[in-house]
Amino acid sequence: MKNVAVLVWAAILIVSGLSICAYKAINLGMPVKADQETTVWTVQARISFQGEGGPAIVDLSVPSVLPGFLKLDENFIASRYGMAIDQSGDQRKVQWVKRRAYGAETLYYRISVAASEQASPWLDQPALPSPPNYEEPYATAIRTIISDVRQESADVFTYTRELLRQLNAPQANQNVALLRARANTPHEWANQVIEILKGVRIPARVLWALPLNDATNDARMIPLLQVHNGKTWLVFNPATGDSGLPASFLPWRIGDAALYRVTGGHDIDAKFSVTRSHRELLDVVRRGAELKGSIFSDLSLLSLPVHSQNIYRVLLMVPLGALIVVLMRTFVGVSTFGTFMPVLIALAFRETQLLWGIVLFSMIVSIGLMLRFYLERLMLLLVPRLTAILVIVVGLMLLTSLITNKLGVERTLSVALFPMVILSMTIERMSITWEESGARDAILNGLGSLLIASLSYLVMNQRDLEHLMFVFPELLLVVLGLSLLMGRYTGYRLSELRRFRNFRGEAAHK
Amino acid sequence: MSFIASPFRLRRLGVLGMNRRNADFIMRYNPRHLYPLVDDKLLTKNLALARGIAVPELYAVISEQHEGKDLALILGEREDFVIKPSHGSGGNGILVVCGRFGNSFRKPSGDLITLAAMQHHVSNILSGMYSLGGMPDQAIIEYRVKFDPFFEHISFQGVPDIRVIVFRGVPVAAMVRLPTRASDGKANLHQGAMGIGIDLATGKSRDGVFRGLSCDIHPDTGHSTLGITIPHWESILRLAIQCADTVGLGYLGADIVMDRDLGPLMLELNARPGLTVQVANQRGLLLNLNQIDAMPTLPAGVDERLRLAQSLRGPTEKLTDKVS
Repeated sequence: MKNVAVLVWAAILIVSGLSICAYKAINLGMPVKADQETTVWTVQARISFQGEGGPAIVDLSVPSVLPGFLKLDENFIASRYGMAIDQSGDQRKVQWVKRRAYGAETLYYRISVAASEQASPWLDQPALPSPPNYEEPYATAIRTIISDVRQESADVFTYTRELLRQLNAPQANQNVALLRARANTPHEWANQVIEILKGVRIPARVLWALPLNDATNDARMIPLLQVHNGKTWLVFNPATGDSGLPASFLPWRIGDAALYRVTGGHDIDAKFSVTRSHRELLDVVRRGAELKGSIFSDLSLLSLPVHSQNIYRVLLMVPLGALIVVLMRTFVGVSTFGTFMPVLIALAFRETQLLWGIVLFSMIVSIGLMLRFYLERLMLLLVPRLTAILVIVVGLMLLTSLITNKLGVERTLSVALFPMVILSMTIERMSITWEESGARDAILNGLGSLLIASLSYLVMNQRDLEHLMFVFPELLLVVLGLSLLMGRYTGYRLSELRRFRNFRGEAAHK
Repeated sequence: MSFIASPFRLRRLGVLGMNRRNADFIMRYNPRHLYPLVDDKLLTKNLALARGIAVPELYAVISEQHEGKDLALILGEREDFVIKPSHGSGGNGILVVCGRFGNSFRKPSGDLITLAAMQHHVSNILSGMYSLGGMPDQAIIEYRVKFDPFFEHISFQGVPDIRVIVFRGVPVAAMVRLPTRASDGKANLHQGAMGIGIDLATGKSRDGVFRGLSCDIHPDTGHSTLGITIPHWESILRLAIQCADTVGLGYLGADIVMDRDLGPLMLELNARPGLTVQVANQRGLLLNLNQIDAMPTLPAGVDERLRLAQSLRGPTEKLTDKVS
């Protein structure tokens, strides 16, 4: 059966189009609406020092593993420095080197990130630590806490959580109070926890993260606690006991090694500033897809040069305009000049805006029609006559431009691209219809064309729709499927319901 | 009288819509490669002649622009002829001449047309003004049909023709198309001609349609169009069946004229006949189309098929079920 084949094809096309679309929207996070923006954080590390005339070496830890973030951009800015980046495990360091550094020297490191769903795990595999020999009186306190926590935990995660809960309890017992008194800074506190964890042979380390607050000029790294459960690194906040990486913290470095070190300079100063900005979500997602190596980033229309992109923005809307024509012709029964002439007129409206386009179209067509009727009397051959009409149309457009320019209307310049050939053909066809089938048909067809053109224009000029078609060109498959379906519509047209409204049928007639 | 009809009611009455006509009949039964046989009237005429089907006599064919200059020569002393485009559609571009007045020609309306105007008309035809897609065309000059006096009271200038819809070689509906003042002597409903439904079995007129509305009085002559019987009805239907056999189209509109002297002549064939025949007959086409469609085989003989056409019943309970 033909119908079944059509249904199957339509279903395949529509489902596959929508699936690719859904994959891109959900898995790659491509925005379905136009002009969606996302927050981008830019962190800048600025290291300045006074050179002493000799060689200078600047070491700086830089972010490596960024779970929950997407790295958009990274810059190393230092004039006349040699630079090397060293990645070892989860640590990453940049080293700048200069033979002679005199006076004030400034180096920058800048990174831009956006929040992202993607997970990137830390990869270091730690060795199991051996329990240290704690010194008294802390040894007894630690041992007591260790055994207390062991009672109430099952694995590395629950053990750490319970330990932190007890250490951070509002009503601290004697043992906890003793340990708290020993740690004066958050860093010391984190190391204290790590020492305790060593006692039960849980590998742990410090993760330094930068809190992302807008317009901070002197951001300080916060120490977080990482424990390894045999498979992955878990993150805890040692000061609160919360698990997981907090949302607005950018993981920067691991361990106790210095964040930065300058040799061959004095008056060393390092500042970390954070700024927030907004960027088009589409750009960010595209960058993410590129980094992931998804084929959709290569196949994306966004990888084309900008001028071809703009052409495709328009081109991809044409099938939607054609869909409107199909709808209006097979379901409503509006008659037009030519099958897709309304779509072409709608494209022309893009240059002029709707209202002005309709006015201009009607004006040029009616004047052209009048002149065409005069040409009829001159009895010209078809092709020369069409040429004459084309010349008249161009002249009319020129005239409108000049007149509206004098009147101070701005719209006219865009008229230049109003397709003259379409206008000429419309005039010619309209005049033939006028002669052959009368003014009524000619005007009805003209209005029908104009109506469908306006509708197509309204659909084709939806910004969100244009964005959808451009970012998800696979929607073409859906349009194709729909047109197959509509191609098998054998029901009545709306115009036929009116045409046959007085149909009595034979039975009633007898 | 409602603003629009209910689609379910039309369905029940077996009314054929444009979409269904295109998808289920034209596309299924009219192979595209056969279209040229009917779209090119010259080809149709030659085919018909080869099969011994009566057609209006061909006087001349003009194929080249320069031949238009010799129009006076080609016409010679003729003062009674029709010029039409070989690829015309919807009756467009047909010029009827029924008299001569010096260098001018008289149209049935009494208007005069100069030789120069006629040459321009021919040139328009040749350059493809009336052909589908604007392809270069040929102009046919042929015998002007003298209509049967039978139609005298119900026709206004020009020749009435009989449109028979033939499906799989069996006539399923017919109507007479009467020129009116509004149609400028043309027998095309779209241009304002009047249509009268004809009962296939008897050749008797039924209902009429003018400008899309029911009507049973000729708008110009004022004569009733009810209850008249078309002469030579069976030979008209037979001619229509032969036309369908000649071109091999499964869904066909055959336009037949009644000439005073020569009897029924095939004027032209149409691969996409319109839907107005239903209004003229007040009978949905699907009623008959479905009956024929359901028959696995059809009789080969022209007369058997003629009998079959005349035995097609009106809507019965069983049929109504099938249609709806």
